[in-house]
Amino acid sequence: MQARALESEAYFIEAEPYYEATGDEIKIFEAAYRNKLPILLKGPTGCGKTRFMEYMAWRLQRPLITVSCHDDLTASDLVGRYLVKGGETTWVDGPLTRAVRAGAICYLDEIVEARKDTMVVIHPLADDRRVLPMEKLGTLVSADENFCLAVSYNPGYQSVLKDLKQSTRQRFVALEFDYPTTELEAKIVANESKIDRPLADKLVKFAHMTRNLKGSGLDEGASTRLLVHAGKLISSGIEPVSACRSAIAQAITDDVEMLAAIQELSSSLF
Amino acid sequence: MADNAPLTLEQILKPLETWLEVEFTFIHVTEIAESLARLTREEQDFFLTWTRRISTTNIQIAYQFAVRATAGLMHMDQRVIEAWALHAMDTYDRAGLRPAMQVIEDVENFVHLSHAHAEGAVFEDFSGILLTFVHGLSGRQLKIAQGDAPYTDSETLFLPAVVATMEKAKDNFTLCKAMVAFQWAQTRFGSFRINFNDAFGAYEDQELALKQFHGLETLRLEACLQRELPGLAREMQRLKQTLAENEAIPNIWQRFAELLAAPGATVNDSLRMLTDAYQAPLAPTTCYQGELRPDAVTACMTKRTEHEKMHLRIKLAQMLEEMQKQQTEAPREAPPKIDVKEHQDSPNEIPSFDIMLDDMPVAPPEGVKQLLTSVYLDFGEIPPEYLVAAGDGDYDLTQFEDQGKNPDDVWQGTYHEEGATFYPEWDHGRQHYRKNWCVMREKDVTPVHDDFVPQTLQKYSGLIKHLHRTFEAMRDEDKLFKRQAAGDEVDIDALVEALADARDGREMSDRLFMHMHRAERNVAVMFMVDMSGSTKGWINDAERESLVLLCETLERLGDRYAIYGFSGNTRKRCEIYRIKHFDERYDDMVRARISGIRPQDYTRMGFAIRHLTKVLNAIEAKTRLLITLSDGKPDDYFDGYRSAYGIEDTRQALIEAKRTGVHPFCITIDKEGQKYLPHMYGAAQYVIIDEVRKLPLKVADIYRRLTT
Repeated sequence: MQARALESEAYFIEAEPYYEATGDEIKIFEAAYRNKLPILLKGPTGCGKTRFMEYMAWRLQRPLITVSCHDDLTASDLVGRYLVKGGETTWVDGPLTRAVRAGAICYLDEIVEARKDTMVVIHPLADDRRVLPMEKLGTLVSADENFCLAVSYNPGYQSVLKDLKQSTRQRFVALEFDYPTTELEAKIVANESKIDRPLADKLVKFAHMTRNLKGSGLDEGASTRLLVHAGKLISSGIEPVSACRSAIAQAITDDVEMLAAIQELSSSLF
Repeated sequence: MADNAPLTLEQILKPLETWLEVEFTFIHVTEIAESLARLTREEQDFFLTWTRRISTTNIQIAYQFAVRATAGLMHMDQRVIEAWALHAMDTYDRAGLRPAMQVIEDVENFVHLSHAHAEGAVFEDFSGILLTFVHGLSGRQLKIAQGDAPYTDSETLFLPAVVATMEKAKDNFTLCKAMVAFQWAQTRFGSFRINFNDAFGAYEDQELALKQFHGLETLRLEACLQRELPGLAREMQRLKQTLAENEAIPNIWQRFAELLAAPGATVNDSLRMLTDAYQAPLAPTTCYQGELRPDAVTACMTKRTEHEKMHLRIKLAQMLEEMQKQQTEAPREAPPKIDVKEHQDSPNEIPSFDIMLDDMPVAPPEGVKQLLTSVYLDFGEIPPEYLVAAGDGDYDLTQFEDQGKNPDDVWQGTYHEEGATFYPEWDHGRQHYRKNWCVMREKDVTPVHDDFVPQTLQKYSGLIKHLHRTFEAMRDEDKLFKRQAAGDEVDIDALVEALADARDGREMSDRLFMHMHRAERNVAVMFMVDMSGSTKGWINDAERESLVLLCETLERLGDRYAIYGFSGNTRKRCEIYRIKHFDERYDDMVRARISGIRPQDYTRMGFAIRHLTKVLNAIEAKTRLLITLSDGKPDDYFDGYRSAYGIEDTRQALIEAKRTGVHPFCITIDKEGQKYLPHMYGAAQYVIIDEVRKLPLKVADIYRRLTT
């Protein structure tokens, strides 16, 4: 595929993304969307939250605007700001405003990372008002009827300081994501990375071993995404043990002893 | 080179005589010196250093070490000798002279296991990795400990101090890993799901029966491991080939192996075959199978099953109670029927469990899940008697718990170390840690509700006002940066100027934006207050006043802080006094505790630094400070914690703290501090206050300088 530049609200997902439902999340999302309710996705990293959003955007035939939140992300980054062009100031819409106007799905990834002032613009959008206050313009933009707000957050490893406030979380319909069942996860890994099923089973088993270590030295076990990475390396001819080291072990920890232990686990398995 | 020339007999004799205190002990060192004189300089240094290091612990052990080391171990891997020496000293710390001497005398065991130049795997080196390894495997959370042979009691995996069966260190490590995996397999695949008494009671030679049974189980578990961890199974085969253990296996054992390799084979199959195996030739042994100790297993399991049964029943009762609270309907007559449903994704896995209440599935809480897994491993199912919610009278778990004993009971009646936390201590003579040496307990300072705090506030009211002002200026305030290349808003002033410039034909600046900069003070600070007896009188008063002033100012600043006192009376009674922990607010209780700080015993510092570093590291902050308020150098009563020993242990504890990212700092009123503080804390990491009276005036100021 050739690289091409797109306006963000023109980013329609054309091919069906591969997604395996783990429960009734698709039905719930569709119902929430029809009722114009915002959605909160919870779950550990790499378990398929973003893929689910892509899938839903494709299914609902709406453009998807994703904003990855970081600790310096301010309200202006979402709403928009004045820029200077040719001696004059011009207003430029931010991604959230674009989504509100165009009726896109706006997905704010890892919402708790963003600065507190972003909540000011999210709250009126997330309840039945569905308006976006543009403080600097002194206007309100009322959302297109197709607009949908979705945010994600990982309750696992954020500090207490960064917990989501009740006033925020109680505006959303929450969908909980977790790693898929063994059976399903193996299917996903096999499908995504084009490796055979027994190998995918082993990768999933390895992931379970690392997830057993959560709490005793690891913050988070290997995610499905990492398994897919490892699987892809293996299908390109890398030895399974090396693939696990590069794609999984090194990705989840820097601790030398932990790496050695994970290495022992993978070499025991393959 | 002259430097590397071997030491002469004379040069060796002299230090040996000093270290072993020949004058008093009448130990004969000539023979040792003679054999040492024949070695290279490097080897001489090695043995002499270790003899000296051991002699600081115990002279007899050092002597026996020297005798045996020079007699047979001269060319062995030095790491193995080190491990052996350290093991002996640890045993001495833990159990006394006689067991330690046994370790030293047991050197033959080391030697006969080893090859001439074996590179052994040492417990200290491998236990960390293997513990994580075994936690990664499924099932019960197992522990790893050092034991006299490889065996398991079904909760702890025991491994020897040194494994030197193979020639290469790497292979020895693999062997350790195989031992761990094998012991894990015993718990995972139900080797202990039999009654050992019933099983072997009928045999005349019980020892033989046990051996043969272990042989059968080994075959079955090897097959399980082959299915579960094929990579490791390959390695295990390789080890066996290297040691020629695969050769000449009797036919009947090969047949047993085939039968037990069936995926459905259980411990009962092994037990059934034992009748034949009892008559058969001796079972082939493997390097990793270790020993089977039914007594240890039975003891451990009896205790655990009782405990877990009670625990599970209580948890279930709590669950029901919770649910009843949520239900609005009238309480039901009969309690719901409890059942569990297993579901297994694939046949080789430990099933996960759903609790069924009257056939309605309820997700069990995390603790219950682990209990169910553990019970499943013991029985292969969840026995129905486990699934009865405990009645009202059964709530007492105390008989199973060691925690929660009153720390003050330690010195009343029988002595116990339960409920305490152990910390290692650095023995500079040994150049190694003494394991679990300090017995640490956390206690609360008895609050005293008097007018100390108001009086202090009154006394220093002028200073406090000043401190408030200076500290408020330090609070993290948002700063507006003008003329930035990027930012949230257009800087109109800059824009106007730039436009004017442009009209003038000059270059137009691109710095036209304003950016709001949020400086976040993210500091957590731990104050460690000396509560030794020597602070009695006005030092104690000054310390308490300083703390009041600090709290006043820190409240303004918004930094997170905690205050703990420390004191010690020998290693058996190391005490940490809670005055204010991180999550506590500065309220009347904290004030009363500050007021209630009283001088206690001695200044043992290492454990306090280690413990408080741990507490501090549990707090999430960008900068972590550990500030000690002290009146002198480390010093404890009776057990040698003074001068060099105390200073070196404290220094080591501080190095450990720094390694974890904590910044230690010391404020002292000891005028002699100049002599030892640079060594302990580092050149710029301390402050000496020459007048006690000034302490309260200075402390807040020092804190301000430290954190800006």
